[in-house]
Amino acid sequence: MYRFKDIQTIPTAKQLVDIVLSKTQRKTPTVVHPGFKITRIRSFYMRKVKFCQTSYSEKLSKILEEFPKIDDIHPFYADLCNVLYDRDHYKLALGQVNACKKVVDGIAKEYVKMMKFADSLYKCKMLKRAALGRMSTAVKKLQGALSFLEEVRQHLGRLPAINPATRTLILTGYPNVGKSSFMNIVTNANVDVQQYAFTTKSLFIGHLDHNYVKWQVIDTPGILDHPLEDRNSIEMTAITALAHLPAAVLFFVDISEHCGFSLATQVALYHSIKPLFKNRPLLIILNKTDIRKVDELSAEEKQLLDSMKEVDAGGEVSFFETSCTKKQGVDDALQKGCELLLEKRVDQKVKTGKADQFRSRLHVTSVTPPASRPPCIPASVQQARGGAEPEEAKEPLERDRMEELGGAGVYSVDLWRRALLEDPSWKYDMVPEIMDGHNILDFVDPDIDNTIARLEKEEELLNAEASLGDDDQVIRQYKKTQHVLDEVHSRMRQKRVERRLEKSKNGLPKLRKNQKKGEEVEEQLNSLGYDGAKVRGRSASKKRGTSLLRKRKHDVAAGGEEEAQSAARGRSRSRKNSVMAEETSQFVEKKRRKTMRLHTKKGHKGEADRWIPDLKPKHLYSGKRGIGKTDRR
Amino acid sequence: MRIEKCWFCSSSVYPGHGIMFVRNDCKTFRFCRSKCHKHFKMKHNPRKLKWTKAYRRARGKEMVVDSTFNFEKKRLTPTRYNRNLMVKTVRAMQIVERIRQVRKERFHKARLAAQLRKRQTSAQKEIAKSAHLLEGPNKEKALLYQKEFAGSTKAKSRQKVKVEKTGSGSMEVE
Repeated sequence: MYRFKDIQTIPTAKQLVDIVLSKTQRKTPTVVHPGFKITRIRSFYMRKVKFCQTSYSEKLSKILEEFPKIDDIHPFYADLCNVLYDRDHYKLALGQVNACKKVVDGIAKEYVKMMKFADSLYKCKMLKRAALGRMSTAVKKLQGALSFLEEVRQHLGRLPAINPATRTLILTGYPNVGKSSFMNIVTNANVDVQQYAFTTKSLFIGHLDHNYVKWQVIDTPGILDHPLEDRNSIEMTAITALAHLPAAVLFFVDISEHCGFSLATQVALYHSIKPLFKNRPLLIILNKTDIRKVDELSAEEKQLLDSMKEVDAGGEVSFFETSCTKKQGVDDALQKGCELLLEKRVDQKVKTGKADQFRSRLHVTSVTPPASRPPCIPASVQQARGGAEPEEAKEPLERDRMEELGGAGVYSVDLWRRALLEDPSWKYDMVPEIMDGHNILDFVDPDIDNTIARLEKEEELLNAEASLGDDDQVIRQYKKTQHVLDEVHSRMRQKRVERRLEKSKNGLPKLRKNQKKGEEVEEQLNSLGYDGAKVRGRSASKKRGTSLLRKRKHDVAAGGEEEAQSAARGRSRSRKNSVMAEETSQFVEKKRRKTMRLHTKKGHKGEADRWIPDLKPKHLYSGKRGIGKTDRR
Repeated sequence: MRIEKCWFCSSSVYPGHGIMFVRNDCKTFRFCRSKCHKHFKMKHNPRKLKWTKAYRRARGKEMVVDSTFNFEKKRLTPTRYNRNLMVKTVRAMQIVERIRQVRKERFHKARLAAQLRKRQTSAQKEIAKSAHLLEGPNKEKALLYQKEFAGSTKAKSRQKVKVEKTGSGSMEVE
């Protein structure tokens, strides 16, 4: 739909000039001095000229855009515009605007070119002045066109919003026949109805609802019977509407001749307009039957009416007798009119192929309704009527049960009571949800037997496969090599210890002569009466069990004065000299070792190596503070 | 009641434990304890932390593909309660657990064996090298290994070659 109301107001030529010039002044820089560089001065003035040109261009092109092009719009509107505004005049006006636009562009281009050669501020300024002046005079010459276009715009905005494509009914006939009163009855519109002819001077539109769908009803000004050339613009609007809108036509005839025109003239009009009704469903409405009935017509008049019935191909004629003042017969006429139009439209759609889309969507069901379809009467209604009680016994509600079993706070709903299980005895089973760190519900599977069977088979196969492999053997073998390896490593460690002991201490070189060989020490001890073999440690025997510790113990028991190099110093002499039983000495030894272990773990040198912390250092718990409070110590 | 899995370390979260975090895109993350939660907030990747199951599975230290895992699936459609089915399910769970343990053992053994196969040869070589330190039956073994690796030890190839002294004592290039 065309939105003629959206066309912007067209200013007069003077206003337009004022607007653009003031805009140019405001929106471009204003300060320039003769002392600036010439390029700067030139660009300053060129900018002004170009700005002015673009503003004019914008405004004029906007006008050209917004006005409808008579060739591009619906022929109904095109014709209407022609009738109302004269097509030629309209086109001329727009053409003038376009021409002016081009002129303005030309002027600006010319002066910008000239400005490139200006070499002083004064010259630039004069050029700019000339340019703006010329552009403004060109626009001032548009005054006539602009004022015409403004009038056209105002009128266009007030045209009724007729949609040429939807369902429409057109009311035609002689003036004062009763078209507007019909319109008032049938639609929500409130058209002026007066005694004199030509009350309606332009098209009026009203809307009505029929068949759940909106219809347009167009009230036209009355048409007189004279040839087309003699018609004035008001009648022409009516004619245009008739010519271009695919609508049902309601031709009104005043039987009572109260309109001031005889029946003969009206019928003559009908015959002259007949070609306009081609292909349109036509209803002839015999109005004002309250004043004069059809039966009261004379024979000639009836003949005239009959002549109207003659129809050439493409239209249907039906007669309706109505009285708009008494509102009789109006509905029938309307119904028939709408029906006819709808049929026509459907036919059209089918012909052009638009109906095919819908056809594929329509489906007529083949469901047959059952033979007996008794009415459905709710039980409460039946009871109210005093009928039989409904057969179903009322099941006790959960709420009643609750009341019985202790009330709201005591009763807890038994959710499983109505459960539908294969065996109802399963209802109150206690089902665990978690077992062995897994959720039981994750394992539930109706097909579980098969899957388990498959799993077991798989397991058997895997077992068989595993027994063929040599993993166990490899592990066992490595364990053995691990033992040997461990021995190798421990012997290497011992070697390292021995090497370290051989190093010189306190700067004095370890002389080879001072190094005693293990064998020599053994011999010495043997000579003294001890078991020298135990001195040699690993090198003499396989057993790793011989520890330096045992050697010491042995020494103590025997009372030997020799002390091993790494013996603990802190042992009391009393133990050395006392005679203890094997057990007690073992016991003592155990205890000692335990405490030693604790000390070595903590990194202490011995028993005496202890740390006594200062839990309440004096400097924190006494004295006044230099700054701050002392209520927290 | 369900036992969920911790998003970070994949351990079981029992009801009443842990924290669940819901993100703006409606993805939920459950954590078994604050340790996992804090790691998550720091945007640590569980695949890089050695103690998580994600790490272990990513590095092939635990078996990932096995038919026993197919039994435990989160079932979206509930089935109607059937006592017989429940009994079967419980029994099946125990069977599956047993089999899973066996398979785990096997997996670990296989992994260990694969490693030990590689280490065996290097261990034997080391023993062969330090045969002089040992005594007794171990020494015999070591000597055995020495014979085995007689052809391939480096020591052999680095045998010292005595340079025969010429009469004049100096090397003359001819």
